[in-house]
Amino acid sequence: MAWRIEPRAERSRALDLAAPALAVAATIVIGSLVFSALGYDGLGAAREIFLSPLADPQRWPDLGVKSAPLVLIAVGLSFGFRANVWNIGAEGQYVVGAIAGTGVALAAYDMAGYWILPAMLVAGALGGAAYAAIPALLRTRFKVSEILSSLMLSYVALQLLYFLVRGPWRDPQGYNFPQTRTFTDWETLPAVVPGTVLHLGVPIAFLAAFLAWIVLRATVLGFEVRVVGLAPAAARYAGFEADRTAWRTMLAGGAFAGLAGILEAAGPFGQLTPQFPQGYGYVAIIVAFLGRLHPLGIALAGIVMAVSYVGGETAQTTVGLPGAAAGVFQALMLFCLLAVDMATRYRLRRVAPAPSAAGARP
Amino acid sequence: MGMKMDRRGFIGAAGAAAATAAIGGPARAAAPLKVGFVYTGPIGDGGYTFQHNLGRLALDKALGTAVKTSFVENVAEGPDAERVIRQLAQAGNELIFTTSFGFMDQTIKVAKAFPKVHFEHATGYKRAPNVATYNARFYQGRQVQGQIAAMLSKSGKAGYIASFPIPEVVMGINAFTVAARKVNPKFVTKVIWVNTWYDPAKEADAAKALMDQGCDVMCQHTDSVAPLQAAQTRGIVGFGQSSDMSKAAPKACLTSTVDSWGPYYIRRAKEQIAGAWKSADTWGGMAAGMVTLGAYGPGMTADAKAAADKIVAEIKAHKLPAMVGPIKDRTGVVKIAAGAKAEDKDLLGMNWYVEGVEG
Repeated sequence: MAWRIEPRAERSRALDLAAPALAVAATIVIGSLVFSALGYDGLGAAREIFLSPLADPQRWPDLGVKSAPLVLIAVGLSFGFRANVWNIGAEGQYVVGAIAGTGVALAAYDMAGYWILPAMLVAGALGGAAYAAIPALLRTRFKVSEILSSLMLSYVALQLLYFLVRGPWRDPQGYNFPQTRTFTDWETLPAVVPGTVLHLGVPIAFLAAFLAWIVLRATVLGFEVRVVGLAPAAARYAGFEADRTAWRTMLAGGAFAGLAGILEAAGPFGQLTPQFPQGYGYVAIIVAFLGRLHPLGIALAGIVMAVSYVGGETAQTTVGLPGAAAGVFQALMLFCLLAVDMATRYRLRRVAPAPSAAGARP
Repeated sequence: MGMKMDRRGFIGAAGAAAATAAIGGPARAAAPLKVGFVYTGPIGDGGYTFQHNLGRLALDKALGTAVKTSFVENVAEGPDAERVIRQLAQAGNELIFTTSFGFMDQTIKVAKAFPKVHFEHATGYKRAPNVATYNARFYQGRQVQGQIAAMLSKSGKAGYIASFPIPEVVMGINAFTVAARKVNPKFVTKVIWVNTWYDPAKEADAAKALMDQGCDVMCQHTDSVAPLQAAQTRGIVGFGQSSDMSKAAPKACLTSTVDSWGPYYIRRAKEQIAGAWKSADTWGGMAAGMVTLGAYGPGMTADAKAAADKIVAEIKAHKLPAMVGPIKDRTGVVKIAAGAKAEDKDLLGMNWYVEGVEG
């Protein structure tokens, strides 16, 4: 007797949609068991991390601010991931987008006008796209894996940022601290709800997710992306070139990440500092998969991830959980998602051992 | 409180508290003072954050049920910090310590929204009526280290793992190098910037690179024990940072510069409870007990110990300024004239390197 894992003949759509919710539920159960075993209040930990930020309206603006860059980057990545284009370097595109937009802000430092902020955002998106063009070119022209090239370029982007904030862009009034000038009012995203941290970038991010959904559903481009990913041969037959799709999805991913970067710089940061990159580009990969590569799912997944960050901080002060606990819950969430995915796509079946294999060592 | 508290007594106490409030202090009955701490690293870093947390625990021990402390560790400098600080203020903490330079603007920003909460920012320079700053004269530890390094180094080269080129770090590098060159005028300090306060892998890599370049004494302005451990595996020596690191690398650790925050935290919490808290700028060193030396390791010679003890005594007696001219920068320009000494404001805005600093 042996067991075999085999694909399910039919995949249930309901189960597909429920999978992320199941994964989050499993995370809460396993996480609270693990932290109970470690001597913490496990149930309290799960409650503080996943529920308390949602229950407290004072935390809602925080959730919006924390989820916005994740959602924006993840939606951009989802185009590529659907089409088998693996851009792992969104972090670098995020940083370069912020740098490009900041370049505009610093050039317009002594000017006034409503055009400055939009110009910064456009520069940010273009900067991110231009940076993503490098791995796209390497892949389509020289068959270099974009997984490696985009990832490695992220580290180059960090060095570029360090160089700028320490050298040419250092704030002349900043006591030699490595940071740019703080942006003027014309260069800063206004608050959507006055008196809160909820800035204009948050609705922009969620609007972008909505628009992406429309594009994927209702345009030829969306169809192309889906077909190239699912059935490359059929896509060629339909006249879709894999290289062209790679270009388009890489540029789109870069533009979204770049826009997220300048929104973060012109919003919560209000300047560039060496601490600007916080790994959103990497966390967004988890968000993209947690959201099923679906723009609306990603919007939800971004909020779930933000909840775990904000709740992780609350849990430290209320139930004394270590700071790393939020990270454990986040990683657990990805594991559970993969497990649930496995269970919905495959099934375990008992099979009789093949007679010809008898006696032969595997 | 031994007093029996009935309803009337409570009202009386509340009235007294209200009277205190009228002259500027916070209203307080028997409820414990909630004190929040924001840390840049994990409390287990064995260095900077570990010491701040020891300070918090000392506060707990000293004031008992009169205080209730909590902390958030590993907080990224930037918008995340702003969120955490605001969250602590909203949770009813009346005194909040933000313990890293990178929390400065966020502390000021949140303080504006919570004028009744008192904030204390470590190592920064921006203050407000409800924001005080505090710092320790870490450079005094560097003066001792420079002396020891120059006496013990055979190659005349020290490796220095630095975090960010802010004045705090620059003055440490300079104080170290100036002290070393008093002993050996050809002494060289090689610096590698790792752009982080805490990243054991990166810090260890930097230590290895410096040792490859012939450095035989290791100095660090980062928070983990990794550089000292790397030094120990190659059989060279170095100095612990922020915390006594002799347990992590017993053979390599010559001594450590130890930050001692407990007395300050206890004093400020008592002032807060008494309604006497005021915004101020505190910069205490060895004389105030905020900077101390850790245990001497086996690598210390009797001469080095004696020299180190002498420097500590001079610093405590305020007889040994960090830098006395003439001192030139790396391009040979005299920055501190002969006979003049570097004042506090010069140290706090320091953005140039003395002769002998490389990298």
